[in-house]
Amino acid sequence: MLIPISWLKDFVDITLPIEELARVLTMAGLEVEEVIYVGLPFPEGQIEGRSGAHQRPETKVSGIEWDSDKIVVAAVHEVMPHPDADRLVLCRLDDGGGEQIVLTGAPNLYPYKGKGALEKPLKVPYAREGARIYDGHKPGQVLMTLKRAKIRGVESYSMICSEKELGISDDHEGIIVLDDDAPVGVPLVDYMGDAVFDIAITPNIARDANILGVAREVTALTNQALRSPSYKFEASGAPIAGQAAVEITNPELNPRFVLGLIRDVKIAPSPYWVQRRLLLAGMRPIYNIVDATNYTMLEVGEPLHAFDYDVLVERVGGKAPKIITRTARAGERLTTLDGEERTLSDFTVLVCDSEGALAIAGVMGGAESEVHEGTRNVLLEGAAWNFINIRRTIADQRMSSEAAYRFSRGVHPAMAERGVRRGVELMRQWSGGVIAEGLIDNYPLPSSDPSVEVTPRDVQRWLGIELTPEEIADILRRLEFNVEMNGNTVRATSPDHRLDIGAGVTGVADLLEEIARIYGYERIPETRMADELPPQTGNPALEKEEHMRDLLVELGMQEVVNYRLTSPEREARLLPIGTGPVDASYVRLANPIASDRHVLRRSLLSSVLEVVELNARNRERIALFEIGPVFRPSQDGSLPVEVLRLAIALTGPRAQLSWQGGDTTAMDFYDLKGALEELFAGLHIDTVRFEPDETTPYHPGKCAQIILGDNRLGTMGEMHPLVREHYDLPETPLIVAELDLQLILDAIPGRHTIRPVPAFPPVLEDIAVIVDENMPAERVLEVIEGVGGKMLVEVRLFDVYRGEQIEAGKKSLAYSLAYQAPDRTLTDKEAAKIRGRIIRRLEQELGAQLRS
Amino acid sequence: MLDQLEQIKREALSSLEAVQDDEALAQWKVAHLGRSSPLMATFDDLRDVPKEERPAIGRGANQVKQALEASYEAKSDALRAAAVLQSLEKEHLDVTLPGRPVLRGRLHPTTQTMRRIYGVFAEMGFQIYLSREVETDEYNFQLLNFPPHHPAREMQDTLFVDSGTERGDNPILLRTHTSPGQIHAMREFSAANPDDPPPVRIILPGMCYRYEQVTTRHEMQFNQIEGLAVGEHITFGDLKGTLSDFARRMFGQQVRYRFRASHFPFTEPSAEMDIECFVCGGEGCSVCKRTGWLEILGCGMVHPIVLQNGGYDPDRYTGFAFGMGPERITMLLYRIEDIRNYWANDFRFLEQF
Ligand SMILES: [Zn+2]
Repeated sequence: MLIPISWLKDFVDITLPIEELARVLTMAGLEVEEVIYVGLPFPEGQIEGRSGAHQRPETKVSGIEWDSDKIVVAAVHEVMPHPDADRLVLCRLDDGGGEQIVLTGAPNLYPYKGKGALEKPLKVPYAREGARIYDGHKPGQVLMTLKRAKIRGVESYSMICSEKELGISDDHEGIIVLDDDAPVGVPLVDYMGDAVFDIAITPNIARDANILGVAREVTALTNQALRSPSYKFEASGAPIAGQAAVEITNPELNPRFVLGLIRDVKIAPSPYWVQRRLLLAGMRPIYNIVDATNYTMLEVGEPLHAFDYDVLVERVGGKAPKIITRTARAGERLTTLDGEERTLSDFTVLVCDSEGALAIAGVMGGAESEVHEGTRNVLLEGAAWNFINIRRTIADQRMSSEAAYRFSRGVHPAMAERGVRRGVELMRQWSGGVIAEGLIDNYPLPSSDPSVEVTPRDVQRWLGIELTPEEIADILRRLEFNVEMNGNTVRATSPDHRLDIGAGVTGVADLLEEIARIYGYERIPETRMADELPPQTGNPALEKEEHMRDLLVELGMQEVVNYRLTSPEREARLLPIGTGPVDASYVRLANPIASDRHVLRRSLLSSVLEVVELNARNRERIALFEIGPVFRPSQDGSLPVEVLRLAIALTGPRAQLSWQGGDTTAMDFYDLKGALEELFAGLHIDTVRFEPDETTPYHPGKCAQIILGDNRLGTMGEMHPLVREHYDLPETPLIVAELDLQLILDAIPGRHTIRPVPAFPPVLEDIAVIVDENMPAERVLEVIEGVGGKMLVEVRLFDVYRGEQIEAGKKSLAYSLAYQAPDRTLTDKEAAKIRGRIIRRLEQELGAQLRS
Repeated sequence: MLDQLEQIKREALSSLEAVQDDEALAQWKVAHLGRSSPLMATFDDLRDVPKEERPAIGRGANQVKQALEASYEAKSDALRAAAVLQSLEKEHLDVTLPGRPVLRGRLHPTTQTMRRIYGVFAEMGFQIYLSREVETDEYNFQLLNFPPHHPAREMQDTLFVDSGTERGDNPILLRTHTSPGQIHAMREFSAANPDDPPPVRIILPGMCYRYEQVTTRHEMQFNQIEGLAVGEHITFGDLKGTLSDFARRMFGQQVRYRFRASHFPFTEPSAEMDIECFVCGGEGCSVCKRTGWLEILGCGMVHPIVLQNGGYDPDRYTGFAFGMGPERITMLLYRIEDIRNYWANDFRFLEQF
């Protein structure tokens, strides 16, 4: 919301420097996002390029300052043709210091060209040589300094300014013609220098989306009285009663409807000061009648709608029109003044006459009955609408307007009457019309402004400060609450310009917020919680998950975090070439923002592979993991299932190449398996098994399922070559795993115990056995460990050999074994006995033979 | 005899001075401390000394022996040190060659920031509470005092799930904030003891989603960390105290900050906390949009309706809540200019943390 300071001054004195006022408003919840200077001097040290900023900025500042020596009000006395340029004119003007001849090409001066001395001089903003203004010919706002130059043989050293050159608007079509009473020779900054606050309006301060609303906040924050606008109008026409009527069919949707009538208006541009205010507040001036409705809306917050009265009379065959408000009939149509023909829904409220719809209530008028340049008589509507219904309508019709912005956030019904009063009076002043006596005011559902009781105890309990009932009452009175005191209780009734104060506990909270805001958040002392500390339970599940992240990082892996939103096509890349799409059901978005991210992922592997692909362009070695949820829809339309998973991907050389070499062979299945074994060891889960598996998207011979007890934790292996083809990846093997994280977390023991450090030395020895090629190493290990019992404290496979020295179809497995007793040093004889038993059992059970 | 011992000592020490290597030292030991050395001969000769002189001479001989042995050890150490020093002369490395690469993993930057934040609040007694990412409108909005069609919903553009069934005013959606967890938590805690619910002090982290075009500044997916404290004596002053402690821990003890009024439907009074821009020191720069301040979190006193919906009587309990974006805080701390870096997972970005 753009708030020109000059306009604000109509209602409240500005007692603080502009930037301090911006800060005070910001602290009180009216965030001034920017102060745009349009003439007034910048705060000290804050002009761009001016060094030595002493003050902290607090707020973003932009705009232009008008040099009071060089930009002044002048009077053009004659507009003369240029000797050899049709599109240029020479103006003879008085800038208060003497006569000047100024060259300009402004088309709005052409009508005065060659007419001799003007009977009524034109007041204009005049920039002298050396003035800093915006360059009218460059896009955007680029400052320039006026320099002396010769243009088509005529010396030019000064300028009559356009709105763009002075920063008022982006219009450079013609020069500004000021109001007749502008004083010649006076610095322009003193006449109409301004600064504009751009304030972010949160829903709770919708009442402040107008000049008066901000002025009210300023009065409360600076402890002044508000100069309320006058809602009196000067009526001299025949009474409105009998010339129009109103019928409301649903007061819930339309609690109040007010009409005023003004006849014999002369459509013309508004005075320049009105145009300038509208422009600075972000609206384009049209002509006086339309400007009066917009001006009133910007000033007091009530959107008004002006009908061409004669069109309404004509529609009903010359009778007095009767306005009817009702919901639309299904399929009813209306062409709105933006030119769109709209089909309306049955909840849309319409402003109608007996012949049909005239306007979408609170949102936009219809094309037929709107005022136009030939309008003579105006019927002015001010109404109150149900804000939720307006919200539904603008969502349904996908339309917006300044009126809808306000009505969809709530405008108090009291403003309907005030708005019409203010609107017809401004129309009278600016268009010379005659206002009909009285208003038509249909108000079937009067607002009941809530009364809320608040006590010093409430203030202490919520805000932690001690205020007396008088102090509380004073703050609320500054905000125009109607306050009654009863002992310690302050009973405050919400003023009739706001709808944000609730009833009951909500109302108390609403008042406490107002008290805190005006008292000042800054003044509330900081304290440390003195309340009872809740039971300290921690979050064991998350702690385990985070421990897992640490272990994976220790294993050399980079954590990644992906979008959970994807598409079935992206995940289908995990299927081998030649297989059809899998009919997987997804959690789908009803309103996706991007076509490639319209479902929640089912596969974490798919997520991490996209990261591998991305990084493979500039990294040879990749080791990464992600921990996060995947999603599956529920069968019955209720909430989807969220399952935590872990995915890992490895590819590239085992070590990074350096000047001394290093192991640059490619990582394979066993690198990942080693990492997983270490991970499980780190989690103290020691009964995990790896069993051969053949499953998509893995290489059928290099894939294992990971089993714990009866649970399948997940799968690991090398990526199937036909799946790899879907990804842009180098030739090195890609090893991946995806595991059910929840099953792992559940299996982590609450605590584990350690073995004592051995006091006696171990007996170490190696054995190598020859077994069939297809004998799983795990079987051999099981036998060794089974026989070795407690004395066998370590078994490590250190070599797998196939080749010349042994029979074809066989392999040799070499183990280093450590025997140890907790209470004594084992003798060689004891060790040999165990060894003998191991070898015998290997021979018997596995057909192994000892390799000598 | 004593003069003779003195003579033996002098000669031995003077010949030790000339010793330059281990071999000479060994020869010296044989010559001066060996079985047939003059000193040992003196011990043999003791038998011939008159009985009354024996103790004095024996003591003298032992003293000479100890002195020679000590000198021997000293010489031996000196020779070894000299030898080591000499060999080190030949072992000079080029210390400017790069070290052998060590591979290490890293946590994602967001995880790192979230852990820092958890840590600060854990020390103030806040426990972590997790809840689901796909929610109902009821939990994400209605119970948090956002009625259907409420204007404040516009501040949170929502991604809805196509649930395949008509759910009226309670559609399924991707949570827009972690606040639904506030209701889950309060209901869980109050259900255990409805007449006397325990105080609450929790942190609610997790991924949230918004209907938002992805740009350098906006993400459709982001983490949030909320906090909630509910008890019988919690005030707005406590909110300020707790969060300013947090800001000092996170951004340095000298940090300047401010609380300014704002609006969230589930808190009242509501505030935004700004800290002084640490890029420009408050002078105004592009990071702080020339205001000198950086918005770091939203907060406020828990709205009585929310307390009620959680099973906590607002006439007895008060509370505060706050919410912040760890990605945004990370961006500020490390001057990250493009929020899309987080989920792009380019190692050239991730490896800088
Ligand atoms: Zn800055």
